[in-house]
Amino acid sequence: MRVALFITCVNDTLFPGTGKATVTLLRRLGVDVAFPRAQTCCGQMHVNTGYREEGVRLARHFAEVFGGYDAVVVPSGSCGAMVREQYPRLAPAATEEVVPKVYELSEFLIDVLGVTDVGAYYPHRVTYHPTCHSLRGLHLGDRPLRLLRNVRGLELVPLPGAEECCGFGGTFAVKNPAISAAMCADKVGNVMATGAQVLCAADNSCLMHIGGTLTRQKTGVKIMHLAEILAATEATEDAPAAATIERSAP
Amino acid sequence: MSRTFLGMPGRALERGFPANAAAAVRDSQLRFNLRKATRTIRGKRASVVAELPDWEGLRQAGKSIKDHTLRNLDRYLLQLEGAVTAAGGHVHWARDADEANRIVAGLVKATGETEVVKVKSMATQEIGLNEALAAEGVTAYETDLAELIVQLGDDWPSHILVPAIHRNRAEIREIFRKRMGEWGRPAPEDLTDDPRALAEAARLHLRERFLSTKVAISGANFMIAETGTLVVLESEGNGRMCLTLPRTLISVVGIEKILPTWRDLEVFLQLLPRSSTGERMNPYTSTWTGATEGQEFHLVLLDNGRTDVLADEVGRQALRCIRCSACLNVCPVYERAGGHAYGSVYPGPIGAILTPQLRGMGSELDRSLPYASSLCGACYEVCPVAIDIPEVLVDLRAKARHPRAERLGMAAAGWIFNRPERLALAQRAGGRLRRFVPKRLPGPMSAWTDTRDIPDIPRESFRDWWDRTGGGQTGTEPRDGAAR
Repeated sequence: MRVALFITCVNDTLFPGTGKATVTLLRRLGVDVAFPRAQTCCGQMHVNTGYREEGVRLARHFAEVFGGYDAVVVPSGSCGAMVREQYPRLAPAATEEVVPKVYELSEFLIDVLGVTDVGAYYPHRVTYHPTCHSLRGLHLGDRPLRLLRNVRGLELVPLPGAEECCGFGGTFAVKNPAISAAMCADKVGNVMATGAQVLCAADNSCLMHIGGTLTRQKTGVKIMHLAEILAATEATEDAPAAATIERSAP
Repeated sequence: MSRTFLGMPGRALERGFPANAAAAVRDSQLRFNLRKATRTIRGKRASVVAELPDWEGLRQAGKSIKDHTLRNLDRYLLQLEGAVTAAGGHVHWARDADEANRIVAGLVKATGETEVVKVKSMATQEIGLNEALAAEGVTAYETDLAELIVQLGDDWPSHILVPAIHRNRAEIREIFRKRMGEWGRPAPEDLTDDPRALAEAARLHLRERFLSTKVAISGANFMIAETGTLVVLESEGNGRMCLTLPRTLISVVGIEKILPTWRDLEVFLQLLPRSSTGERMNPYTSTWTGATEGQEFHLVLLDNGRTDVLADEVGRQALRCIRCSACLNVCPVYERAGGHAYGSVYPGPIGAILTPQLRGMGSELDRSLPYASSLCGACYEVCPVAIDIPEVLVDLRAKARHPRAERLGMAAAGWIFNRPERLALAQRAGGRLRRFVPKRLPGPMSAWTDTRDIPDIPRESFRDWWDRTGGGQTGTEPRDGAAR
């Protein structure tokens, strides 16, 4: 099976650690993942802000780049939902072949590889935010939770109001900043109520928004993409200090 | 560009949704009231929907019946006109709000009366009928409890089902005490804010009105083309008083409210109460067909922009709406912004797609409505007729005029994303400048950094790491570390 990684522009540019973790995890499970160099962005920001033509161009580009693969793994519920929900409306002919082969990470692990225990070790108290597009776009259901429950050492605490939007919504966060911030304040309140050390999600864009508020409020709660927790082992747990220091440095 | 009037004047129309919402979100009393009310109804809806084994089947049936009707609307409207006329009613056609108001005012004046009682109706709110009648010397009395609160308080409805959702009972007591006397029987001196006492005061106030008024005005939830029957669902029984006691009944109904057959009601009488009030069945369902002897019935069929919406292949699904307001109650934006921020009698997610379609996107407010959503999809999930509200929002955004600075930014981003080499160059530039990015960004991006930190920009993008290390197979350990 030829498997490609669609890293997404947000992860590629701002969260390369998520990409590295995805690669590490997939290799550990015996998947030789390719990274097609020509990939850029799924077009979600353009389409959802009202710039459809740009989105159609990027959808066609996506189909060209990933057309030859048997499976495309995306460590982002939101970009995955963009491809699966919106491409058939934007560029139906060009994308009809590639769309069914696109899997969000937890779907690929559970539905394609058939694993729920990925051999991870992460001894921390974690709460999980399901994110709207993972939940209501891709219908991931409890897949990410099944994966997290099998992580050794991990204490999973339920997040109150988990299914409510965090208020990111792409450009919504800057077009309606007051409402976006009010939604995030409630999300952060719920995260704090769990007493978790780490907030996990399958989407770094939502995590960037909630995490930006968590650090602004000096809560000490860390954000982690699902892939990063699933990639963690005893070896990485022994040496996390360097990464933590680098991240908190100015 | 349509100039359809949608019955909401004043401040809310002068600025965009973000400014309206920002003002509303600072009102802590409003936020408390809305949060409490929407969450209560949301919970009730969820439990009565969950107890049905075939909810999704019902939902798809509702969608199909509405789509079929809309596709054949011309035929069903004529069938309805024939059936109503045959049953002794009179049918009038109104292209827009002005025409509908003129017709209704004319019908009322022909009776010689100067007072009318009203059944809660979105269509008459939409056309601003009360104000139009007032200009003709006719006083319209709202009889729905929440509409009464809104009318006595010189206020505007902020919710489709619960127009006074933004008021708590202490505020309602004040409104009753100060204003009821100006409109009729005053509230008792010792009125408390006990819900039962408030309801009793309204009941006594309204009872006199029901017994003395000769003309009633209503809308309708459904119109049956086959039989010419109109249907109103309500909770209080005030509607039934209006529908039975007065001599003349005038119903103003949007043309999309048709169902082909009596049997189709089976689906909608299950979908609507569970979605709207969270009840298995609503307390009062009134149906009437034409007029009985000694009474008069007029049906005013209202277009007011609906045929334009019907012409839009994506947007037309908004005409399936049965005004249940489940989308409002589940919407995180509505919960925090409140209904007035939307500047229309149709607030919340359905308003954000209906108002700009009916009214056009000529004003700043109407252009901003399609953006009044984080596209979280909760509205689509609860909609009993499966209106894909996020799909319509995104479609309207593509039709809206965009600000110049945003257009330039989006064009630049598009230019970068069109070539992977350009993306790599931009990432490297960002990596080099990472230490110079301020904690607070200037200009429009301050909207992000006012409440949120921006993430640290990594030294090396994923694609550069992949190239340098052969995908992590060779070379040194990644410098940015897997853990954050």
